[in-house]
Amino acid sequence: MKKTLSILLALCLVAALLVGCGAQTPATETQQPAGNDEPTPVDEPTPVDETDPKADLKVGFIFLHDENSTYDLNFLNAARETCAAMGFAEDQFIYRTNIPEGQECYDAAAEMVDAGCTIIFADSFGHEPYMIQAAQEFPEVQFCHATGTRAHTEGLANYHNAFASIYEGRFLAGVAAGMKLNEMIEAGDFAAEDAKIGYIGAFTYAEVMSGYTSFFLGARSICPSATMEVTFTGSWYDETAEKEAANKLIADDCKLISQHADSMGAPTACETAGIPNVSYNGSTQDACPNTFIVSSRINWAPYYEYVINAVLNGEDIPADWTGTIATGSVQLTDVNEAVAAEGTVEKMAEVADALVAGELQVFATDTFTVDGEELSSYMADVDTDAAYTGDTEVIADGYFHESEFRSAPYFDVQIDGITLLDTAF
Amino acid sequence: MNKERHFHISRRKELPWYRAWAIRGAAIVLALLVCALVTMLLTGEDPLRIYATMFAGAFGTARKAWVLGQNLAILLCISLAVTPAFRMRFWNIGAEGQVLISALACAACMILLADRVPNWLLIVIMSAASILAGAIWAVIPAFFKARFQTNETLFTLMMNYVATQLVAYFVIVWEVPKGSGTIGIINQSTQAGWLPQIGDSKYLLNILVVGVLTILMFLYLNYTKHGYEIAVVGESERTARYVGIKVDRVIIRTLLLSGALCGVAGLLLVGGTDHTVTTTIAGGRGFTAVMVSWLAKFNPLAMIFASFLLVFLGRGANEISTVFSLNHSFGDILTGVILFFIIGSEFFINYQLHFRSEADYGAPGSERPTEGGKGKAHV
Repeated sequence: MKKTLSILLALCLVAALLVGCGAQTPATETQQPAGNDEPTPVDEPTPVDETDPKADLKVGFIFLHDENSTYDLNFLNAARETCAAMGFAEDQFIYRTNIPEGQECYDAAAEMVDAGCTIIFADSFGHEPYMIQAAQEFPEVQFCHATGTRAHTEGLANYHNAFASIYEGRFLAGVAAGMKLNEMIEAGDFAAEDAKIGYIGAFTYAEVMSGYTSFFLGARSICPSATMEVTFTGSWYDETAEKEAANKLIADDCKLISQHADSMGAPTACETAGIPNVSYNGSTQDACPNTFIVSSRINWAPYYEYVINAVLNGEDIPADWTGTIATGSVQLTDVNEAVAAEGTVEKMAEVADALVAGELQVFATDTFTVDGEELSSYMADVDTDAAYTGDTEVIADGYFHESEFRSAPYFDVQIDGITLLDTAF
Repeated sequence: MNKERHFHISRRKELPWYRAWAIRGAAIVLALLVCALVTMLLTGEDPLRIYATMFAGAFGTARKAWVLGQNLAILLCISLAVTPAFRMRFWNIGAEGQVLISALACAACMILLADRVPNWLLIVIMSAASILAGAIWAVIPAFFKARFQTNETLFTLMMNYVATQLVAYFVIVWEVPKGSGTIGIINQSTQAGWLPQIGDSKYLLNILVVGVLTILMFLYLNYTKHGYEIAVVGESERTARYVGIKVDRVIIRTLLLSGALCGVAGLLLVGGTDHTVTTTIAGGRGFTAVMVSWLAKFNPLAMIFASFLLVFLGRGANEISTVFSLNHSFGDILTGVILFFIIGSEFFINYQLHFRSEADYGAPGSERPTEGGKGKAHV
């Protein structure tokens, strides 16, 4: 009894001593004369130019998950790249990872404002209402939200949406897929009419529909007999479900697989089955050297740099900003020459040039039909509402104007040649 | 060979309060030291800066202090909810589900009734619905326990998963827009069904409500007949029956209260601050509350400190991972270290270690009597 008490007392004493000593350290430090030999831990040798507005700028980044999600990693890398390119000091940016799509997002944004941030970025669709809430409260801070849809109708001068014309990237990836299908047909692997593509989507949501349709149109522009089957998992990230979906499509005789979901489920299933795969978000070549062809992704760094420069120069940021191939926002990874058909790189470059020049439109209405008929008019749901009421005519000059009336995709037309296997989600 | 243990463990008699708190204090100090050590080894930061950062994370700005108060209020509210059941030795670990289901009920009212009834009526309806939903969710396992002696631990645990799946289902039904998997802020433009804000802070109402509930719960448990009955049932069901307490009725009544308080937590979360519902809105607090309740020895006033401690540590650990650019999981690691020490300290409060000194062994090589004597038999 006595012993434990004394041990306890001793522990408390040690603790008190440590705390006591520690507490004294900073006090003595401040009392030291300035002309000390030791380098004072004040600012790094950053050239503190009082007139440079960049030195006063502080930027906050909110991420839904952390590095373990390919989606967030893509944003994180862009943020790091931008901060490095801008030459920001350590205390000029804040990253907050694992911020759920709830009140925590507002709290995180508000705390960033308290910490002196004047630009705040968020990366996930569900962050939007909380970013708007923060934008209403802090009109002097710019809130920039990727993938959102409400900036153009909300009427807030400091709230902005951004996306990229990723449908162009997917069209190019589709071109690579079409080349591969042609190669397999020529090699006698299967008949031309059996050239069926399998596609795994998350939800029956415009972003996904725009993605698989542009991918399919790209493939069919090269391999005219191509058809496609699409299945949905009901989640943006579900490794098991994505793997099972890929296996289902392979068992259903699909000759090539692509996906719009964030896990490695589909690529690894393809590698196991030896079925070529066109990936998304980034290269999966390391894990799938024998089946990976190419991957499209959005590079967010150009947007980050654009916004930061606009704020530095006192320029207005538009409500919607759509990155393109030309801005460097829509990117394709290196083509895996071991799997891709010969001439894929050259063909993709040629098509990309045509897209940039405006000679080629991804959703040209003469390249697809709906219920056997060419589309001449379509009212898209640009001003978001729960019921998806069409409000804007988006077909003009012979093509569907995707990502023009707002940055986030709104192509949700179901075209002929694509079969949806299940639409539960 | 005879191998003697160098110490043995025995149960302590009740410790005086100041010694119990000295042990707890020492545990917290040790926990902080280990946290500083871990952070220092990983980041090379000055440990004092680490403590300062923790403190700044909890109190650094007015907003942070408010958020701390809000988190404290919600955790305390759920802790209060589980406490009467625990006093009765009814292991209700279904608070998570009870909060979730009431949050869902509250959100449902806000979504479905927003345009149909005046705002004051909506608030009345959604308050009633939340409290009722929580109470029902708690009383189902209570009924089965009282009637059929089912295992309440498993039953309440399973009810959590049912509630989570129900929320997940309705999030898909009400998601805006379709495919996003989130409901977003409900009635963001009209603010219909939002609980009124007191002054400038949207957290003050929650804090005040929980403050009042804490006092009421303290009085209920210690100074009412109901509270006494709960204590008697907890000590011994047979005694309770013998003195004429209707045990079944007490169980059901207490769980109704438990669930209703979880319902209040759900209401405050959805109607008061978050204005949305997600499967993670309770955020594991239904389980943390179990710990708060136990640490405070089921005393509502002590729970204020226990929940403050846990919330403070959690917020501080999070700030450390943000400031030092560490992965979010690092905050969880620090919280884990701290909880390990705090829970471990309860062992030293309830049990005692007896070390054998040299004198007990006698001189080396000499014969000495042992209790078991099994080893000796061979000599």
